[in-house]
Order: sequence, then structure tokens, then C-alpha cells
Amino acid sequence: MPYLFRKFLILLLSLWCVVTGTFFLMHAIPGDPFIGDKVIPEEVMRSLYAYYGLDQPLWVQYGKYLKGVVTGDLGYSIIYHGRSVNQFIREGLPISAILGIQSLAFAIPVGILLGTWAALKRTQWQDNLAMLLSTLLVSVPNFVLSSILQYVFAVQFHLFPVARWGGFEHTILPTLALAALPTAYIARLTRSNMVDVLQQDYIRTARAKGLPQFRIALTHGLRNAILPVISYLGPVITSILTGSFMVEKIFAIPGLGQWMIHSINSRDYPMIMGLTVFFSIFLMVMVFVVDVVYSLLDPRIRKGIAYE
Amino acid sequence: MNEEILALTYWQDAWFRFRSNRAAYVTLWTLTVIGILSFAGPLLSPYSYSEIHLDLKNTAPCFKFWFGSDELGRDLFTRVWWGARISLFIGVTAASIDVAFGVLWGSLSAYMGGKIDELMMRICDILYSIPYLLVVILLTVIRGSGISTILIAMTLTGWINMARIIRGQILQLKQSDYIASAKIIGASRRRILFRHLLPNAMGPIVATLTLTIPTAIFTEAFLSFLGLGVQAPAASWGVMVNDGLSAMRYYPWRLFFPAAMITITTLCFNLLGNALRDALDPRLRR
Repeated sequence: MPYLFRKFLILLLSLWCVVTGTFFLMHAIPGDPFIGDKVIPEEVMRSLYAYYGLDQPLWVQYGKYLKGVVTGDLGYSIIYHGRSVNQFIREGLPISAILGIQSLAFAIPVGILLGTWAALKRTQWQDNLAMLLSTLLVSVPNFVLSSILQYVFAVQFHLFPVARWGGFEHTILPTLALAALPTAYIARLTRSNMVDVLQQDYIRTARAKGLPQFRIALTHGLRNAILPVISYLGPVITSILTGSFMVEKIFAIPGLGQWMIHSINSRDYPMIMGLTVFFSIFLMVMVFVVDVVYSLLDPRIRKGIAYE
Repeated sequence: MNEEILALTYWQDAWFRFRSNRAAYVTLWTLTVIGILSFAGPLLSPYSYSEIHLDLKNTAPCFKFWFGSDELGRDLFTRVWWGARISLFIGVTAASIDVAFGVLWGSLSAYMGGKIDELMMRICDILYSIPYLLVVILLTVIRGSGISTILIAMTLTGWINMARIIRGQILQLKQSDYIASAKIIGASRRRILFRHLLPNAMGPIVATLTLTIPTAIFTEAFLSFLGLGVQAPAASWGVMVNDGLSAMRYYPWRLFFPAAMITITTLCFNLLGNALRDALDPRLRR
């Protein structure tokens, strides 16, 4: 499969670019990670340097780092002594994953239904309302939306817990906040695809056969309109992941996004580097997987026929 | 030949279609007003954006402070319009750099064709798969926050989208008969590119430019949320929203005005961009 093979090569090259770029950028920062408020004796300094391998030439450090990334070792936090980035990932990732999967489970069906409905009611007020709503959702910054949800439903009406991590009820507001943007995007995409598909000949045939409108839309239309939505899942996963930085901070959820923000605020450079590399690899592999699934589902790409 | 005089040019045609879309027309006016106020707004109030009134902190909107004041007693009305300058400047500049570089790269790639095109597009593919926001975060963390850093970080990989759109557009246009005729007449490559290909690709360029501005404003707001935004006492909308969040329960106006400005502006640019795309897309012309 030359298409997938080429995609895979590009993935490997991009991964290498990210890892290398991050490494050299981090080492271009002026200053010393161990210089703080306290004066550290020189021997201690030297042993710290030796411990973290900072006394070796840059290319040796780079080689070590590359080997670490390949074997799944992303380095250590400097602020939390003795804790590795992997430990933070082990603790934070499951929590972030629950939120992410829940918001995907909300965004995909709701977005598709909303988009289909809007396409069926095209140029009527329902369509305009749905599209205005989705454009509005796209236009509110995620952290503002989260704060408003938190304020209205938790602080004012006490319907949900305000923050923290616990049972299912703790996940509802963050999930909705994370799902808002993807839902709006998926709805818009589904609508425009559906509008195209509904003008095709086979839809007219189905209508001529006397099938009910709703069934035409679901069985004939949606099957064809839904395919581009799958290709859009890559960007959706990206948006959920970066959204989680804000949502987790606002709802005080101890997920990986919260740790990312924490490490940025405390300038924990090795941890920022480790998490950035982790997030990048995660996202790029996810996007690749989505591409593979899409190409397997769409015979036009599978057979190497380009679009249009 | 009489018919030709009556025929509308591409831009006249687009303008008529654009004007018939009333919502788009309203958004254009709203954006114009916001743009004017970002310059005129601070002049309307007697305060400067950094003037501190410690005895008047967190005042609700009133006759003295039209949009209220913040935790240092600074006038929010003045600050919102100052923020408009910074946010709009970042948005428009970042989008323009993206477009300029993207158009250059995309049109060169499409025009050269063959191996060079292949190479240039593979470079795009590689850069494109690197997550945009993570690059922006990493660069701002390393270089320290500031407008120039934010602009560099945002445009480093931001132009790729534009380059791809332009390449597709030019590849399509290259097949047209008028390009063939221009070649036959003996027009130079440069003339064909600048006089024939690029002007006809203007539609998607303008639409993408309009849709890139809100993305840039959003990214800036996101950076401010991470504490990587513009430095005090200057404030962008993102910084002000982030300040307002902590005071939301007691002084809601501190969140409301900047958040409303970001939302209205982004909404307008999004609606405008969609309307422009519809108005300028030659495929939709009947």
C-alpha cells in the first residue's frame, strides 16, 4: 500500500523533527536549571550535572535523549525531585483519557445529528439557528465557556460539583466544555456534506421510490456524508487535547493537561520538554491512525484515486 | 462587443453576492466599528490604560467608568479598546504573514511542478503534522512572552494551510485555456504567475485570511490563559479575560466586557469569512 507507506514515512520524519527540535530549543535556553534562590556548593552542582548528564557534550546528550524517547523514557521533573515524566503520565493520562473519550462520545453523535437536521431543514429557521449556534460556540474561548458552565450550573444552581475529581457527576461539566467545539465543527461539516449528498441522483431515486425523507437521510445520505467526518477526527482529537489544558485547570482536575500548565508556570523545562514530546507523539500517531482508518473505509483513496 | 461592457467583473459580481447576504454585511460593519473604536475608544475616555486609582478599584460600570474598573482601579473601557489594538494587531499581522508566506510557497510549488513541487509539499506535510499549539507554547516558553515572540510562534507553522490551498487553486487554474493562450503569446513565467494565476486565486486567499484572524486572536487568548501572553501593564483581550476569570463571581463585568469583545469579533470574522468564501468561490457561480 504505497499511500499508507508514504504516510508512515512522513510520520516518522515528523516525529524525528519534533523530538530533535524540542531538544535543541530547550538547550538553547540561556541560564542554568539549578540556579535558584539557594546557593548550591560547587561539588553538589557538579554531581547534579553529572546526575542529569549535563556535563557531557551536546551530541551525547542528544543521543541519550533520542534513545530515551524511543524506549519510552521521557526524563525527569526538576521541580518535583526524583519524579519522572512517565510517572506523571501514568497518573494523569487515565483521567484526561476519560474526559476525552466522554467528550468524543458526546460530540460525534450530537454533531452528526445536528448537522443532518440542519441540512434537512436547509434555509429554514432551524438550519439558521443550528448554524448560528455552532458558529457562536466556535467563537467563545474554551476557558470562558468552561467558567460560565461552572458558574451557572455548579455555583448558582448546585446541579453539579464545582470542581475536583471524583465520581461521574464530576465529569459532566468538563466533558460538555470539552465537547462544545468539536460538536460545533462536526455539525457544520456534516451539514455541508449532507447538503451536497442530498442533491445527488441516488437520493432523487430513493425519493422517487417513495421512501420517507428521514429514512433517506439516515440510510442513503448519512452513510455518504459521514466519511469526511472521520477524516476530521484528527483535528477533533487535537482540539480536545489542547482544550483539556484549560478545562482541567478551571475544574481543578488532576489530569495531564493540568500538569502541563503547572510545569509551564513553574518553568520546569525538562518536564515541559517531556510532556510536549509526549503530546506531540500522541497526537501525530492518533492523526495517522485516523488517516489509516479513513483510507481503509474510502475505496477511492484505497485504490489510489485522488479526490476530484 | 456591447455585451462585454455590460458584463460584471469577478469582483463586482462577488460584491453583489456579498451584499445580498445581509448577515455578512452587518458583520462587516460591526468589525469596522470595532476597528475604529480601537483607535478612537481610548481618546473618548479621560483615563490612560495604565492609570491606577486604588481608591476606586473594582467599581461596577457607572458614569465615571463606563465598563467598570479592575482590581487596580484602571478604567476597563480604555483597556478594552487598548486590548482591541493589541489583539487585532496580533490577529491581522499573524494572518497576513501566514498568507504572504503561504501564497509564496504554494504558488511556487504549484508553478514549478515536478520534483521541486514534490519536495516542497513533503516539507509541508511534515511541518503540518506537528501540533500547532504545542509549537506555539514551546516557543513562547523558551523565548519569553512578548508580541514578537507570539507572532513568530504563531506563524512558524501557521502558513502551511494557506500554502496548500493556494497550491490546489493554482494547479487547477494552470489547466485553463487563458493560461495556455498567455503562454502562446509568449508571456513570461513571472507574468503568468503574477498577472494571471494569483489574481484569479484571490478569492480563497481573502477568505482564508479572514478565517485565520480569529484563529490568531484565539491562540493569543489561549497563551494569555497559560500566563504566556502580553506583559503588564499592556493588556490584550486574552490577558483581560484571564484576569476577569478569577474575579468572575464578585466583579462579573471584568470578565464580561473583554470576553464579549473576543466573542463578537471572532464571531464576526467567522461569519464574514464564510460569507466571503461563498461570495468568492467560483465553483458556486452559476
